[in-house]
Amino acid sequence: MNLLNSILIILASLIGVYMECTFNGFRHLFGAQLDVLPPLMVYAALRTNPAIMAILAVTGGLCFDSLSANLLGVSTLPLYLVSLAVYSRRGLILQEQFYARFVLGAAASAIVPVLSLLLLLSTRQSPIIGWGSLWQWVVMGVGGGLMTVACFWIFDWLNGALNYHPVAQSSFRQDREIARGRN
Amino acid sequence: MLKKPHYIAFGLVGLVTLIVLSLPQHTAGQIKLAIGGLFLPLFGLSKSSQQLIREAGNAVVPRSELIRQNGVLHQSNEVYRLRAMQAEAVFRENEHLRQLLSWRQGTPQSLWNLKLARVVGQDPANWWHTIQIDLGSRDGMQTNLTVLVPEGFVGRISAVGLTTSQVALIGNPNCKVSAIVASDKTGEIGVITGGTGPLDSSLVTLSYLSNTNNLKPGQIVRTSGEGGLTRGGIAIGQTAENARTVELGYAEVRVKLSANLNSLEEVWVLMP
Repeated sequence: MNLLNSILIILASLIGVYMECTFNGFRHLFGAQLDVLPPLMVYAALRTNPAIMAILAVTGGLCFDSLSANLLGVSTLPLYLVSLAVYSRRGLILQEQFYARFVLGAAASAIVPVLSLLLLLSTRQSPIIGWGSLWQWVVMGVGGGLMTVACFWIFDWLNGALNYHPVAQSSFRQDREIARGRN
Repeated sequence: MLKKPHYIAFGLVGLVTLIVLSLPQHTAGQIKLAIGGLFLPLFGLSKSSQQLIREAGNAVVPRSELIRQNGVLHQSNEVYRLRAMQAEAVFRENEHLRQLLSWRQGTPQSLWNLKLARVVGQDPANWWHTIQIDLGSRDGMQTNLTVLVPEGFVGRISAVGLTTSQVALIGNPNCKVSAIVASDKTGEIGVITGGTGPLDSSLVTLSYLSNTNNLKPGQIVRTSGEGGLTRGGIAIGQTAENARTVELGYAEVRVKLSANLNSLEEVWVLMP
């Protein structure tokens, strides 16, 4: 993972937040808007380093809060916490499996709004929550899981398209070839 | 497992969050507007692309259809001009009668000064009902200005940037509105305190009603103008059920909004 990919992930978070603000098709269809930041954080946790994760959490979270009625900074810490939890176990995660990606994305997309809401409630804000929020939570979780799978597919494809890959060397070397003969 | 640099990064993010959360409201608002400004090119791009699509759509409409629509609009325009003339005459007469009676209670009503705004975005969070409009401080926007559509009240401006503003929609806990239920006897005054849930934005709760004897479903609810934040007489909706008494001794009733908050594309801002 190089600098270009890191920049692409951060750019994707900004465009994603803008799309959440302007594209309302999913909201009208299912009653809930999907959040693109938790899937990106999961991707960053499995493919980049904590510094990139921190930059992504701060920029994405602040942009999300600035276009929302949220208190500024409320989304930042939940995003980073979730990505750090994934990062701390990334050696044990089968990250090439569709199922693992989906479950991680769904869990992250479900945990981040809960943590953000807890932070909001602790600062005496009164967000609109009710029984309908449970449905929104499920939609965000499932949608987030699918978006995580899509994130891996898109960014891995971009990584392959924009970066050089070292050619895998075979162990065969011509100068060490043992020529066998009758004599 | 996590190493020392990871804990340092976590500490830094936590520190940034704490600092930002503890900023004074005004400073946090200014930073929000500055960060929101990063998206202005994207909002502009979206606006111009929508305009292009609309123009392309207009270009393929047959001329005969345009002439027919023009005729219909011309006719309705005539009707509205006559009605406006009639309303202005009633307004002048009202003013004259007020002067004759030396009516001093309340400020005299003036004609509405409206400004058209386009909705450029909705709140990305599912737990707030706000929209972004394409008018800002350079267009004379201020916080608490009333936002409406021809069907009725929509909300109030909650934050103002240079070129965009945030509107807290009715039903949002940050947009409380004093309302009056039109009844045969005396109008019952209450406060629209919030919505009925995160999924349904068409119903709001009218609370703090003291007398529920005259209330029945289907009665018109309008802004009362009490408190001075919103002008009186703007349609809000209709009562959707019989009033029910809640614990603290007051009653509340659900109100079906006249305006459809899910399909707002253009709104009017009531200028001071």
